[in-house]
Amino acid sequence: MSAEMLLDLEGVAKSFGGVRALNDVSFSVGRGEILGLIGPNGSGKTTSFNVLTGLYKPDGGKVVFDGADLTGATPQAVYRAGIARTFQRSRLCLELSIFDNIMVGNHGRLNQGLWHNLFARKALKAEHDAAFAEARELVALFSPALADTLYESVGALPMIERRRIEICRALIARPKLLLLDEPSAGMTHDETHQLMSDILSVRDRLGGLTIILVEHEMGVIERVSDRCVVLNYGEKIAEGTYQEVASDRLVQEAYLGSA
Amino acid sequence: MLDRISPFAVAVLAALVGVVFAIVFMEQESDVAVISMVAAAAVAAWFAGRIGVPERVARAAEINPGGVSAIAAIGGLAIIAAYAEDHFPLLMLATVMLYATVALGLNIQFGYAGLVNFAGAAFFGIGAYTSAKLVGSGVPAVLSLPLGGLFAALIGLLLVFPVVRTRGHYAAVVTIAFSVLFKTFLEVNDTFGGPQGLPVGAMNLFGWDFGESPTLFGIEASFYLNYALAAFVILALAFTLVRRLERSWLGLALDAVRLDETGAACYGIGIRRAKIFAFVLGNVIIGVAGALYGCMQGYVAPTSFTFSDSLIFVAIVLLGGMGSPWGMILAAAIVVVLPEKLQAIQEYRFLLFSIVVIAILLFRPSGLLPRRVRRYFPEGGR
Repeated sequence: MSAEMLLDLEGVAKSFGGVRALNDVSFSVGRGEILGLIGPNGSGKTTSFNVLTGLYKPDGGKVVFDGADLTGATPQAVYRAGIARTFQRSRLCLELSIFDNIMVGNHGRLNQGLWHNLFARKALKAEHDAAFAEARELVALFSPALADTLYESVGALPMIERRRIEICRALIARPKLLLLDEPSAGMTHDETHQLMSDILSVRDRLGGLTIILVEHEMGVIERVSDRCVVLNYGEKIAEGTYQEVASDRLVQEAYLGSA
Repeated sequence: MLDRISPFAVAVLAALVGVVFAIVFMEQESDVAVISMVAAAAVAAWFAGRIGVPERVARAAEINPGGVSAIAAIGGLAIIAAYAEDHFPLLMLATVMLYATVALGLNIQFGYAGLVNFAGAAFFGIGAYTSAKLVGSGVPAVLSLPLGGLFAALIGLLLVFPVVRTRGHYAAVVTIAFSVLFKTFLEVNDTFGGPQGLPVGAMNLFGWDFGESPTLFGIEASFYLNYALAAFVILALAFTLVRRLERSWLGLALDAVRLDETGAACYGIGIRRAKIFAFVLGNVIIGVAGALYGCMQGYVAPTSFTFSDSLIFVAIVLLGGMGSPWGMILAAAIVVVLPEKLQAIQEYRFLLFSIVVIAILLFRPSGLLPRRVRRYFPEGGR
């Protein structure tokens, strides 16, 4: 594949017992691109994310990210390479504060040294203040009101705010690639629209972040994606712009059943 | 009503009431007096909660943590000073402080990293037996206390692999097995004195002999004053360490591991490393407390470090509130002092603590002094 590709999946396979969740799936994502990953329920979208982020080891195939082979890497190594994700079902730590949750995403950039954390309180304070200002700025891009309540616990917040915080948690470490797993889940149509606008405007400010988006709301995919990959029963059945794949016969059959 | 007083003044008043209550309470001999005072304390605590005392004290601690800790330290020393001449109350106070220290160690494992350790008494015992062996062979206390912690951590490493590899209940079962094994090992092992245990010599710190009664302001104090003061120092150090750990990126990483391992891994947090760190650090603190406990008791025996004692330690953590360092001290005081004062319940204390633990889990799962949202620094960032 060409050099400007950020991520290449080549023939990735993953089975659970006798079920082939992913079968010879290959696709690429270019730098700065927004790729929509779509398909009916159970088609392998989230499994692709889990293989990409190291939660599942692939049975075969290759994952190359930014020139480095990430096939079978641990989740920690994938994060260090610059891939951050959100989850279909929110995985925020509800009893921790907004700031704490965002700092979980910042783990790799914060000094985790024993001496620094326990005995060098002055240096820790300086680092904390800088991280706090950065988190505040990032949250303010999504919701200025939320930025003033960083020490409130996440548990009391409505779904859209939780999604925003999850995305801030993924963005704080400045990843090269952001994986969004169904950001519209559990939200109304208007909230989803609002959230996608926020993501697009933040992306512009961060200078062309690459995104893979798993989504059921086709309106969202049509609006934001540059290109789409369609999965069905763990296989790629189509690839192209939204208009191209939407008019594809195989895709229509996958979604509506064959006539 | 409290709005006209500053939060700091509320904290000072609360500490004053607490200290006076503790001193008067420990004077009581009759069961009726003890029970009435416990009832009065429960009502007072409920009332204080209603008029917002806890929020104000917590607020004071957020604005001026050093000041609030200083008030608590002065209060603790005042209680010790009030009983400077009496053996038994001092022994009890020192035991409260050492149990609170153990609970702080368990709290790192259980409250932060989510590792349930039912072998707390075993690691406490390793510390105690270490000092029995070392003090007897003339090793100075400055070394024997840290070595107690070191040995507890080293022997704990035997458990690291199963505890870190298994999750939840399985890890708990591993520690239960270790706890039972530890006592049996001591009972059959002659080097450690078998079922009779070993005598422990008096501690000596830079020529300060802990077996001698110190004379202060012309009053001859009990020699337990030495141990009470040493226990106070160890508790203060452990408390500071746990507080700093909680308010750091390391504490945050432990929380993330406890609450969601998968999520934590996806943000680069090394799960195994975090668990090993919490397990080892907790055992070091427990071992140091055990080393001093051994010297203070004057002898160590397997019956002092049983599985039931481990359960008492876990009960302290649950009662105080997981993750809440102040809660550990309050709960240790209740769990140690109450059965001593109420001879009637002495025999049923394990039964009573079981009931208390069930009640806490049902009605107040976050404990007596629930943990608050983490603030890294006083008024940090706002």
